[in-house]
Amino acid sequence: MLSLSIREVSLALREGRISPVELCQKCLKRIKKTHHLNAYITVTEKLALKQAEEAEIRLRKGVSKGPLDGIPFSVKDNFCTENIKTTCASKMLKNYIPPYSATVVEKLFDQGAVLMGKTNMDEFAMGAGSTDSAFGPVRNPWSYQAPYREQSEADPDNDWVITGGSSGGSAAAVASLTSFFSLGSDTGGSTRNPGALCGVVALKPTYGVVSRHGLIPLVNSMDVPGIITRRVHDAATVLGVLQGHDVKDSTTTTNNQSTLTDLPEELDLKNISVGIPKEYHAPGLSQETLAQWTRVANMFEEAGAKVEQVSLPHTQHSIVCYHVLCHAEVASNMARFDGLEYGHRSEVASSTEAMYATSRHEGFNDVVRGRILSGNYFLLKQNYDHYFVKAQQVRRLIAEDFQRVFSSGVDLLLTPTTLSDAMRYTDFIQEDNRTRSAQEDIFTQPVNMAGLPAVSVPTALSSRGLPIGLQLIGPAFQDRKLLALAQWIEQRVGFAPIRYLGVTGEGAAGVDFRDREHISVV
Amino acid sequence: MRWSTQINNSKVPTVATWEPVLENQLPPPNEVPADLVDKLERLALVDFPNQEGLACLKKSIRFADQLHVVNTEGVEPMDSVLEDRALYLSGDAVADGDCADRLLQLSKQTVEEYFVAPPGNIPLSTRDRAMLKCSASKLEDTSIKTV
Repeated sequence: MLSLSIREVSLALREGRISPVELCQKCLKRIKKTHHLNAYITVTEKLALKQAEEAEIRLRKGVSKGPLDGIPFSVKDNFCTENIKTTCASKMLKNYIPPYSATVVEKLFDQGAVLMGKTNMDEFAMGAGSTDSAFGPVRNPWSYQAPYREQSEADPDNDWVITGGSSGGSAAAVASLTSFFSLGSDTGGSTRNPGALCGVVALKPTYGVVSRHGLIPLVNSMDVPGIITRRVHDAATVLGVLQGHDVKDSTTTTNNQSTLTDLPEELDLKNISVGIPKEYHAPGLSQETLAQWTRVANMFEEAGAKVEQVSLPHTQHSIVCYHVLCHAEVASNMARFDGLEYGHRSEVASSTEAMYATSRHEGFNDVVRGRILSGNYFLLKQNYDHYFVKAQQVRRLIAEDFQRVFSSGVDLLLTPTTLSDAMRYTDFIQEDNRTRSAQEDIFTQPVNMAGLPAVSVPTALSSRGLPIGLQLIGPAFQDRKLLALAQWIEQRVGFAPIRYLGVTGEGAAGVDFRDREHISVV
Repeated sequence: MRWSTQINNSKVPTVATWEPVLENQLPPPNEVPADLVDKLERLALVDFPNQEGLACLKKSIRFADQLHVVNTEGVEPMDSVLEDRALYLSGDAVADGDCADRLLQLSKQTVEEYFVAPPGNIPLSTRDRAMLKCSASKLEDTSIKTV
């Protein structure tokens, strides 16, 4: 039951074949079983059971609130949740209990969805591994699956791979079947990157389609809430619920996004033009990821789509541009954490300034402090034009590259999501956060520069037994068309997510690593 | 299922297409003198943890210097992707409120309806900052809790 899609489980709930309380209990049990993944910072057990009971009463009466009624989900710990701790995986907000919920969380509650907990992440969403959390790193569930373990001689406690980040907890939660969907955030790839590495579907909607109210900001001009699911259709369902103008977020548009939640099952690709941006073969792209990119390009071609090579000439400068804009906005956004009104406050009381400085010293990790310092450097009066304004100019060139390609008749772009499959934790931490972010966000952040929608879809397992994902990028506000094409890929690549075998399946699977996960790949 | 890496499509480039940015294309590296370190720490209200922190800043600046290989002459800076449309503005009226109690509860130190701060307008002294560098963060360990 846990490996069903939202569409399947929702139907089963409405038809009374599954009870919301039973489903919730199964997820809670599974969260305990997969505790070693460290996917959750807070598990909202009591609330989940209460919400599930309420859903049960509704569904028994036959008055469902919609496709998400009774469906277990999780939320990255940088979305405010009323009366539930929201930490941003930082000591700064370790005990912060927000007095309000983010608009997206509220919308999901209004639809009857059941909150299982708040997921782990890189502190303040700064990172690409989910290794820089005050609550410890997140482990990729595929580290404990047969295809990976069969090749590893080492102890599973030492040899495991990262989830990617920064929404690694959300991706791990969905991949390991403890949530049917999860909210992440995506500033430079933070939803798509862990989505690709954990073998799940990860959507970054068009900037302005989904409200950011209550999402603790990283880079205001790029942040968007992201949606992580196991099936493309499910992402469309969740987007249908979340999208729309919000008076509390003036950057949400009043555009009439299509409210259709269903995606077409059959798609004629005869009139579709797929662009392959040649700059997305960057140094370090793995042969296996390249092979997947080629394989899907071939699939499109064989189905009658027009596939052409295109150029986005400023791509390689995008990561540098992102670096400057991100640090500058971080320096400004992090100024709100001073220990006075909320968050960690140090004991030092010699002066306000000393209290501020020690609170921030104690509350932030080295990565956050490093970005604040470097952002302040780029924003110094003497550096402002040289770095910050220069980066904003490069940003326009990047956005114009996309505009040019899309106005030339290309419907969508097909690219890799990451350079390769997931790295081992012990290898990943050999380089600093800046270096890793620059490598990991290479194919994802240009989309945030331009505010476009993009989705990562898993296509295969690598020879190491780890997922590889490809990214589709579309023109602004074409999220649904993008998902329709992503679903087309999903239907053809034959990627098998982690399955729940339940009690009867345990013996059949014959693999049970340290009695941790009664699951296997089918 | 495993996939051969031996498949081809003429549209997908088989080799990396990036032009390496060479050191001689970049402006000379910027120095970060001691007084600038001081100034940054004061403005940012965070300290450089150690020499490594400073090295990290220098690397970050050097990385950013690669921007200068891009010709941006006459390009208008872009600060929002929604620049082409009028965004919603709410009316100039109070829409929310009456929640002072809830907000004050979030603060560690309040008196009546005020947040309490230590004496202000005392620039961070060198001594304060030296102290910061010594004080290793002694916050207790965090662990998963159930609400």
